[in-house]
Amino acid sequence: MITSTTAGLTLAGILFTLGLISILIRRNIIFMLVSVEIMLNAAGLAFVVAASRWGQPEGQVMFMFILAMAAAEVSVGLALILQLYHQLKTLDSDEASRMRG
Amino acid sequence: MGPAFYIAAAVAVISTLMVITRYNIMHALLYLIVSLLSIAVVFYLYGAPFMAALEVIIYAGAIMVLIIFFVMMLNLGPQTAGEERMWLQPRIWIGPSILCAALLLELGYLILQPAHATGDIHVVDPKTVGKTLFGPYILAVELAGMLLMAGIVGAYHLGRQKKKITHRFLERTSS
Repeated sequence: MITSTTAGLTLAGILFTLGLISILIRRNIIFMLVSVEIMLNAAGLAFVVAASRWGQPEGQVMFMFILAMAAAEVSVGLALILQLYHQLKTLDSDEASRMRG
Repeated sequence: MGPAFYIAAAVAVISTLMVITRYNIMHALLYLIVSLLSIAVVFYLYGAPFMAALEVIIYAGAIMVLIIFFVMMLNLGPQTAGEERMWLQPRIWIGPSILCAALLLELGYLILQPAHATGDIHVVDPKTVGKTLFGPYILAVELAGMLLMAGIVGAYHLGRQKKKITHRFLERTSS
């Protein structure tokens, strides 16, 4: 019988690994943004599990900061993707590997 | 851990696997919403009900709606109507619906059950979180506010359409 901390941290590790695999194998740039969201969410899950392990509120405070950061990141990221789509007419991230000044 | 955690964890892992293997972005986003909801159930089981509510409201509500709205906005063209019809076929949302029904049953079971912390889980109530957030971490809260402000200004600046003011003659020669 594994403890609840081990179970929660294992789930966070599995979700983080899935997000990492997705960001490595995908070439669609919106999918890469979604994978970053999955990884941030897994990190927040690890913080909440640690907060419940020690009974201290710091882990949940950190999760709220992760939430605020994810909201800011996704708005700026979507604006960047919009600019990229208008410039290149595609969502393939390989097309953006060459910078033209 | 009880079976409730394992059901929610299994739904989270399955739906995340479906997210990273879909080719259509809308199907992937449907499964991602299910994944976020199941992680909210896991938060509730770990004694963080306020974080579960924030996960549903901000992640599954605000951020997912932002991404879905953005994807809908990019696909402008005559093929959009056909794609819309193809996206809304019943067999596509059967998978997310089954996973959501499992989560709903589990949530009803948890609500009907008398609340008690199992094993080594300590429940941290929202009052303690708020006192810590606006006590020792007040500087970090202000920094988060500045980060959100920078996010708003950056998104507005980057998303603005550049107005073309070149003359028609210059456009014809340059193209």
